[in-house]
Amino acid sequence: MTKAAYVHIPFCHHICHYCDFNKVFMKNQPVEQYLDTLDREMGMADVKKGLQSIFVGGGTPTSLNEAQLFELVESIKRRLPLSPDAEYTFEANPGDLTPEKLRILKEGGVNRLSIGVQSFNDAHLKRIGRTHTKEDVLRTVRDAERAGFDNLSIDLIYGLPEQTVDDAVDTVKQALALGLPHYSAYSLIIEPKTVFYNLMAKGRLPLPKEESEADMYEAVMREMELQGLHQYEISNFAQPGFESLHNITYWNNDEYYGFGAGAHGYVNGERYANFGPLKKYMEPLERGEWPRMSSQQVTKQEQMEEEMFLGLRKTDGVSISTFEKQYGENPIHLFQKAIGEMTGRGLLQIKGDSICLTHRGKFLGNEVFQSFLIEA
Amino acid sequence: MNNNDRLERQERIRNFSIIAHIDHGKSTLADRILEQTKALTAREMKSQLLDSMDLERERGITIKLNAVQLNYTAKDGQDYIFHLIDTPGHVDFTYEVSRSLAACEGAILVVDAAQGIEAQTLANVYLALDNDLEILPVINKIDLPAAEPERVRQEVEDVIGLDASEAVLASAKAGIGIEEILEQIVEKVPAPKGDPEAPLKALIFDSLYDAYRGVIAYIRVVDGTVKVGDKIKMMATGKEFEVTEIGVFTPKTTQRKELTVGDVGYLAAAIKNVGDTQVGDTITSAKNGATEALAGYRKLNPMVYCGLYPIDSSKYNDLREALEKLELNDSALQYEPETSQALGFGFRCGFLGLLHMEIIQERIEREFKIDLITTAPSVIYQVTMTDGEELRIDNPSDMPDPQKIAHVEEPYVKASIIVPNDYVGAVMELAQGKRGIFIDMQYLDTNRVSVIYEMPLSEIVYDFFDQLKSSTKGYASFDYELIGYKQSKLVKMDILLNAETVDALSFIVHRDFAYERGKVIVEKLKELIPRQQFEVPIQAAIGNKIVARSTIKAMRKNVLAKCYGGDISRKRKLLEKQKEGKKRMKQVGSVEVPQEAFMAVLKMDDQQK
Repeated sequence: MTKAAYVHIPFCHHICHYCDFNKVFMKNQPVEQYLDTLDREMGMADVKKGLQSIFVGGGTPTSLNEAQLFELVESIKRRLPLSPDAEYTFEANPGDLTPEKLRILKEGGVNRLSIGVQSFNDAHLKRIGRTHTKEDVLRTVRDAERAGFDNLSIDLIYGLPEQTVDDAVDTVKQALALGLPHYSAYSLIIEPKTVFYNLMAKGRLPLPKEESEADMYEAVMREMELQGLHQYEISNFAQPGFESLHNITYWNNDEYYGFGAGAHGYVNGERYANFGPLKKYMEPLERGEWPRMSSQQVTKQEQMEEEMFLGLRKTDGVSISTFEKQYGENPIHLFQKAIGEMTGRGLLQIKGDSICLTHRGKFLGNEVFQSFLIEA
Repeated sequence: MNNNDRLERQERIRNFSIIAHIDHGKSTLADRILEQTKALTAREMKSQLLDSMDLERERGITIKLNAVQLNYTAKDGQDYIFHLIDTPGHVDFTYEVSRSLAACEGAILVVDAAQGIEAQTLANVYLALDNDLEILPVINKIDLPAAEPERVRQEVEDVIGLDASEAVLASAKAGIGIEEILEQIVEKVPAPKGDPEAPLKALIFDSLYDAYRGVIAYIRVVDGTVKVGDKIKMMATGKEFEVTEIGVFTPKTTQRKELTVGDVGYLAAAIKNVGDTQVGDTITSAKNGATEALAGYRKLNPMVYCGLYPIDSSKYNDLREALEKLELNDSALQYEPETSQALGFGFRCGFLGLLHMEIIQERIEREFKIDLITTAPSVIYQVTMTDGEELRIDNPSDMPDPQKIAHVEEPYVKASIIVPNDYVGAVMELAQGKRGIFIDMQYLDTNRVSVIYEMPLSEIVYDFFDQLKSSTKGYASFDYELIGYKQSKLVKMDILLNAETVDALSFIVHRDFAYERGKVIVEKLKELIPRQQFEVPIQAAIGNKIVARSTIKAMRKNVLAKCYGGDISRKRKLLEKQKEGKKRMKQVGSVEVPQEAFMAVLKMDDQQK
């Protein structure tokens, strides 16, 4: 049963130096046509039962103007029914949210905003290609709260060029001072086809050393914990009860719709990716066909592997009994080699019904995740 | 065919090869000749046809030789039979060049109109002159803006001493001068001499193994005639066989009834054992055969040795089979089993040179799908022990205890380098850093200089060629020949990872360079070996004395902590890639070591620059 949906808005006013998501400069793009096509795709999915989570991401969803934003919100309302206690998140760019846009979102049923802050240091923000400032962030949070949003989250990135551990701690402290119920802290990963990748190739990207990055991560965890935000996943922290349902969908290996150009979905045991380029995405939909670039039925073995390497990202880890119920196999037997080796190295532990990472394991998660890929 | 026909036909045979420096246009010219003689229809024409291995096409080099029979109607109205024998251009394959030249009466010398004569060209021209071949100079690429055909013509006269007044000005690429070349072949290359009725004498100049037909010998008939059904004898081994198939390459395999004087083709005789057909041997008739064999070739011994180990130790037998198969078509390849504490079971293999080594390694990985660890190449050291015993060491880790060694000798080569004036300083600096001894320097013309050094072969093996290219912006050309052994002050350097000696990383180094190299290699290894979950000290030691050390720090963070959205497939791919990367590493004790680390010793000089 598919209970979550991701909706992708690929437009941006500015492109950040690290971003490799599917996105285009907004200028001269057929935004209205895109929204119409997106509406059509959502309609084709014929969602009957109320979803528990919708996440609208990008790109920059808040780069839409007020009329476009209204159209999008109305379209989602029409196409994607929500259950009463659902989480409905919009990704927001600091500085984009006018009081009018906030009103549109609120009236459209959006109950959570995830704000792409990344840093509270204006010099670092500039360095990574963001155009907002710390002041924009503070104002956006204030305006959002005034508009009635009480479930706010902030995204942070650490490991930025020339960032020190102290810089990272400073940003986390400023973020925490806002007293929000949810924070994500990601580490910067340099991906191909980004400005940073090109700079790195030329040797012109002074990234922190692995040691500093590890220290930053450690410091982030410590600061969050001190403020009563518990780490429920490798990069996510929340006050009890404010864990993101949408994120949990991914890590529980549950299904979700993916709508929009370049979106990924997992429906009826099939993982799919939509075409990224706008034209390629829109053309098939105009003919009434799915805009799939690729799709693949996930085998049982892959499902079990994914259950592990996604589930282990959660602090609670993977429940042995749930796994058994789902797949009819005991994960301890199935993955005895990986579990033996990784517990031996102090990266993994078994706590009651749960297989989960140790504190050290959170730093070396990939070492653990890899070991759960069964070799062909 | 009766004998008069054979004699008449013999007058119309022309056998030749093309010699050229890499990139001077040898393969393109060969293609044009094939085109012009209509050996192939346009549809069949694949660029650089004679280089049939993928590897040859990719690298733009010829490795194995090939022989094709072509028909050409000359301006005199006569039909001529050409045999074109393609030769490799690289220094490692000089041996193969000498083999193919022995099957010819003439050679086309291709010289790039912009670059002029290169060291390798010279080496091959001398080989051709040694074989009394008629040499036809061709100045190629005259359509290039930088072409200076007249300067190059003069150079051919001055440097080689050939009459270049009739040198053809050509552009193989643009199809200019091809006909003139073909006409000169007819006019200048002598027809083969020999008597079709004399006892058979056919030179084996190459061989390959075919699973169905057994050994296929590439032959040049010097005297006599050979037909299907004939009983033949290998003069070196005395083994006798019955000929099952005879033919030529046009370049398609085309069966013939007989091969006679001047013919270049192939012969199959259900020969199962590769050792029975030695390249350079003479084939004669089993009855009333020739008494004297043709002058063969000296068998070249490998100059460079290295260890080849499967990363996955269960592939040991696959590796042995791969080597057996490659050996069938590559008589220069040698191997014998060896064991390394660090790497397990593998083979010590001997090669003609570094390129030969790389090619074999690449073919094993590609054609046989075996991931390999290659240890750094080594030369053969001659060690005299204090008790007078003499040892031949081709694996550095076998070097005995220094206390027991009276002295060590290492192979030296004469290195000839041709380089533009401006780079002479750079070449000399490089050669001196490689323990070179200056011998001679000569101006070829106002701009180009030939420099001769004697230097240890081991220094050439250690990345000399790449360094030469980079320090001369690619303008230098280089050739070397072995001149003998000389005594040197050599020591064995051991490398310890996590306090354990890794035998596969040991190398031999001159005592005066030992400390410096030790420092460089531990740093290089630190770069190449990824962080492990614990700290790994790296040490370089001579005997019990540690001369350099470094430390690979423990891995601190490796986790996907990025916002990936719902793209789970991508997460999976990333994990799979990391896992795959690990599989390509060798577990040495508790340390995972990547393939490149075992070659680190070769890359030491990168850092010195």
